Amino acid sequence: MTTLQNGTATTAGARAHARAQEGTAVHTAPTVPASRWADPPDGVAADEIVWADRVPAGGYAHRVLAAGTAIRLTDPDGDACASLLLFHAGMPWERLNVADTVKVQWQVYAGESYLLLSDQARVLATVLTDGSGRHDTLYGASTRARNERRYGDGSPQGPSPAGRELLALAGAKNGLERRDLPPSISFFQGVRIDAEGRPEWQGSAGAGTSLTLRTELPLVVLLANAAHPLDPRPEYTVTPLEILAWRDRVTAPEDPQWSATPEGRRAFENTADHRKGRAL
Amino acid sequence: MNTDAFGAELHRETVPPHAPWSRVLRRGQVLAIVDLDGNQAVDFLAYDAHRTWRAYSAQATLQEQETIFLTTGSVLRDNESEPLLTVVADEVGRHDTLGGACSRESNTLRYGHHTYAQHACADNFLAELSKYGMGKRDQVSNVNWFMNVPVDPDGALGIVDGISAPGLSLALRAEKDTLVVVSNCPQINNPCNGFDPSRAQMVVYAGA
Repeated sequence: MTTLQNGTATTAGARAHARAQEGTAVHTAPTVPASRWADPPDGVAADEIVWADRVPAGGYAHRVLAAGTAIRLTDPDGDACASLLLFHAGMPWERLNVADTVKVQWQVYAGESYLLLSDQARVLATVLTDGSGRHDTLYGASTRARNERRYGDGSPQGPSPAGRELLALAGAKNGLERRDLPPSISFFQGVRIDAEGRPEWQGSAGAGTSLTLRTELPLVVLLANAAHPLDPRPEYTVTPLEILAWRDRVTAPEDPQWSATPEGRRAFENTADHRKGRAL
Repeated sequence: MNTDAFGAELHRETVPPHAPWSRVLRRGQVLAIVDLDGNQAVDFLAYDAHRTWRAYSAQATLQEQETIFLTTGSVLRDNESEPLLTVVADEVGRHDTLGGACSRESNTLRYGHHTYAQHACADNFLAELSKYGMGKRDQVSNVNWFMNVPVDPDGALGIVDGISAPGLSLALRAEKDTLVVVSNCPQINNPCNGFDPSRAQMVVYAGA
């Protein structure tokens, strides 16, 4: 029999040992309750905060959020890469459609006032503010096979997790399977397309930038924080991602985003009717 | 297009304007798609025939190639980055990976609510997928053969006049048993079909 030094030879000792661990300081962890977040944004009361998390490099996060929630994503150290998927909560077959998002807006570069559209012509989320400008709608999350080729490993438990592996785990916890993971959008690592149709990876805008989204429908939010698939650096490179979400409101007809384009206005009209019909 | 290297012809079928089509290609078989009447967008999805959750992925495909366009040599990959099909011949030069399918819903955004009753590719895909026990969850962003979608320096993307012509074609070799699902695009509100949806021909060859 092995005798350990932790006093865990009995159930009482093991329980005391487990309970003594609360409060261990780590850099990347959720703040629960989220209202304890130390630094609420200007104009946001602490008790309006519903989600506060620091996602590790190579980590993931997920949450079901009501319509009218603001989600601020922050790249504190300059190499976060937030790959995002959105699903209509309760009817997840309606989900982020990247092709419709870029086609309907006649624009592949996401930024302020960009709309994240579903396949049902509704607005899932609106980009309220963007302090980065380095984003990518075209290349999605890395696959396990790609990371195995590039870094020797793409497993979620390994040193260089693939974004898709992380999204698969986040999705599974919301009843979603791998077939449910469509193309995604990545924030904080930019890609531009040149005149010949070739991608130019830009990297990030530096440490400390943020982007704020607003949910327009109740959503399942999946986020992976993994190295961008086109990141040319030979070492798997990603730094933590900060998430802060608070009760906000949905976009209204008098808001500038509503009528910024005729396509967007019709998407907001579709979304408002859907919410009204379901009493959301 | 010289089809000598594709082996014996197994099947030839003309898909009428507006209609869907599908077939399981066995590994090594070649599918030629012919733009019979010129500038007819052929919306295209592909799945591992034995594990249909492994769908074509535009993003996994783009990650492994030089440009956002498809042409000879391009490999269409599934969502785990495994090859489904290789473009073995192409008389047009480039095809779209970004625009996805038209739908009744997205038509309301692009053109107005008055277009809602018009038939669209998403309905073709859903109808055809339903024959295989597949559904909405399986419909992902697709390839658009013969569709011209440039990206401008400012990020503007649009479906513009086509660069195909009557009789031009491309050919795909199946790298594994692959279910291919096609919508012969019925769109009449943009130039992807020259504002006049027309026929597409599908020819299946046994392979070398």
